Amino acid sequence: MAPHNVDRRKFLSKVAVAGTAAAIPTAHADEPTSAGKPLAKPRGAVPPTAAQLAVDTGEPRTPVPATANDSGSDFMVDVIKTLNIDYIFSNPGSSFLGLHESIVNYGGNKSPEFITCMHEESSAAMANGYYKAAGRPASILCHGTVGLQHASMALYNAWCDRVPLIAILGNTVDSTKRPGANDWRHSAQDPAAIVRDFTKWDDQPISLQAFAESMIQGYKISTTPPMEPIVLVADSHLQEMELESRSGLSIPKLSPTIPPQGDYGALREAAKFLVAAERPVILADRLARTAEGMRLLVELAESLNAPVVDLISRQNMPTTHHLFQNAQNRKLVAQADVILGLEVTDFWGQVNQFNRVDESSSPRIKPGTKLIRIGVNDLYMKSNYQDFQRYAAVDLSIAGDGEATLPALIDAVKSAMSDNRKLALAPRADVFRKLHAENYEAARQAAAFGWEASPITTARLCMELWQQIKTEDWALVSVGASEGFISNWPHRLWHIDRHYQYLGYGAGGGVGYGLPAAVGAALANKALGRMSVNIQCDGDFMYANGALWTAAHHRIPLLTVMHNNRAYAQETMLLQGIANKRNRGVTTSKVGTAIEDPNIDYAKLAQGMGVWAEGPITDPKDLAPAIKRAIAIVKQGLPALIDVVTQSR
Amino acid sequence: MRQYYAITSILLALSVGSALAAETTKPSVARGREIFMKVGCYHCHGTQGQGSGAGLRLAPDPLPAEAIAQFIRATTSTMPAYSAEVLSDSQVADIAAYLGSIPAARSPDTIPALKGLKPTQ
Repeated sequence: MAPHNVDRRKFLSKVAVAGTAAAIPTAHADEPTSAGKPLAKPRGAVPPTAAQLAVDTGEPRTPVPATANDSGSDFMVDVIKTLNIDYIFSNPGSSFLGLHESIVNYGGNKSPEFITCMHEESSAAMANGYYKAAGRPASILCHGTVGLQHASMALYNAWCDRVPLIAILGNTVDSTKRPGANDWRHSAQDPAAIVRDFTKWDDQPISLQAFAESMIQGYKISTTPPMEPIVLVADSHLQEMELESRSGLSIPKLSPTIPPQGDYGALREAAKFLVAAERPVILADRLARTAEGMRLLVELAESLNAPVVDLISRQNMPTTHHLFQNAQNRKLVAQADVILGLEVTDFWGQVNQFNRVDESSSPRIKPGTKLIRIGVNDLYMKSNYQDFQRYAAVDLSIAGDGEATLPALIDAVKSAMSDNRKLALAPRADVFRKLHAENYEAARQAAAFGWEASPITTARLCMELWQQIKTEDWALVSVGASEGFISNWPHRLWHIDRHYQYLGYGAGGGVGYGLPAAVGAALANKALGRMSVNIQCDGDFMYANGALWTAAHHRIPLLTVMHNNRAYAQETMLLQGIANKRNRGVTTSKVGTAIEDPNIDYAKLAQGMGVWAEGPITDPKDLAPAIKRAIAIVKQGLPALIDVVTQSR
Repeated sequence: MRQYYAITSILLALSVGSALAAETTKPSVARGREIFMKVGCYHCHGTQGQGSGAGLRLAPDPLPAEAIAQFIRATTSTMPAYSAEVLSDSQVADIAAYLGSIPAARSPDTIPALKGLKPTQ
């Protein structure tokens, strides 16, 4: 436990009152300054008057008594510390003043460390990226009603991504304790209600003991598959109350839940199908959380000599393995006699095709193909938001965590595999080895087309980048909402053979995930000694570019390479498609979708936030030297950005 | 500067308009490139027809203009069909001329970032 600092508390309470009093008289631009010279006329909205400010901010929250040796929020910090949460991503707010102060002073700003964010959406996205790189959840602190509304989009991304995240929310439950008008606006009877449809659990404890138990319970719920965010409301009065003693308070021990394993009888049945299959295919999506998850998938695939299509919400299968067959996805699925889906959320979409033009759908598979599904999607879901996807009628649906179930499935497959069958399946390995080499060579040839083009091709962007990071312990921490935006070049040509080298994408499709998620992941990788690389779409960047300042402020090494196609390019394509369908002309697809006139100077934006940056780069010959210079900066432990003007995809 | 853009836009519009009117004009590489960019083919297929995850490679060695027209008039694939009202046969011919002018790609073995790459370590 950290030593208490009574004198510092006394000092801070005086400063807080003095600071508020001093700020109000000078806030109005029309009023003379202390030097008697009027301030410049405001160019935008007129700032509030002193009287308005006083109404809006009210009296400063009652400071912690100068004699306080212990407080509710000090106890809360001790609760959080038992969970080994390294970081709390947050934008400051008065509803969690007590907790903020206790984290920084009482807790020594270490485990958790307060990471300053410029938007709560960034806070939650950083926690999302952090979990996927570190394998451990982080926390966010949100300011009342407004902070949680800001965070809601990124919480939805985390929900769709099956990511554990501990969201702590300040709130003032007792209305008689709300000093001013804003405290009323920022409080709610049921503040977690707005995110309840896409969080797994929430609570608003009304005592410190209840807080301790709810925090441990919430952490356990969040980290049990299906892992999802939870919300815990920390009442401001509880935070700021003085504690005379901790008598009657205790922190329960965390007892992590062992992830559920699929039923062994059902797995034996699945194994029989798989061993007997002539053309089995394994689809893996949000499967491998750890290096062991990847190793187990390889073992399963090799046991069957079955190809794997990695749906890349996580890196499940090494791209260097001959059974990695993403390039043959459609063909393999169409020819399959047995398909095994491991933690595949949209199973229907994998075995059916939907034509956007005429809104028809048809099976991708042949009649009689056996479908087996293993995952946690059936164990827990909510009805309003439609992330559960279209119902897929399968032959065998096994509820269980994919990674936790793999050892038993492998065991069942090996038990069902006779020596003769093993011999019969052996030739498949050579078939897929040849196909793997052909897929790779076809991608290499394809990458050369348009190599000298300007705007620069995404193939060139990706390959110039990979050439310079491949000898490092690298990780591609974000590609934004989809790797498809860069035509999947990393999975076509990079050697991705560690589970942490690719962390998926913004699972809810909410734009604004890419940069903050990359910063959160890079923070995790900093401690792990990995070089973090982010391929950053321009549209996504503009949602949450304050995350760059966080990277600069906290000295987070991260190489960001802009995929600056100066458009919301996917929407350009879709708009053109519907215009074609309606036969209304095809020259207006950039209206409302282009990000040009003026072009955004991302390097300048980054430089303005203290980040080393170069660009815009339009000549492809300038790209490799710029990447080299940027890597030198990242190796110093700092963020760097290169703005590359690119083709649409 | 704005005036320059305005004039350029008018010229572009005129050139596309004249292409619509002159059905019998000989296919033009320059006009084809202009149309390729203006009607947005490049969004999915790349400015040099190199293809992408969203659209097939079209060049070098493109299909003949007739085959392109036949495909884009009737396609039911993800790519929406282009009627003759929004993209005339002569414009398709211009696009085919532009695609036909795109030189062969370099061999990846002449490109340092691609040279000698193999699928495994």
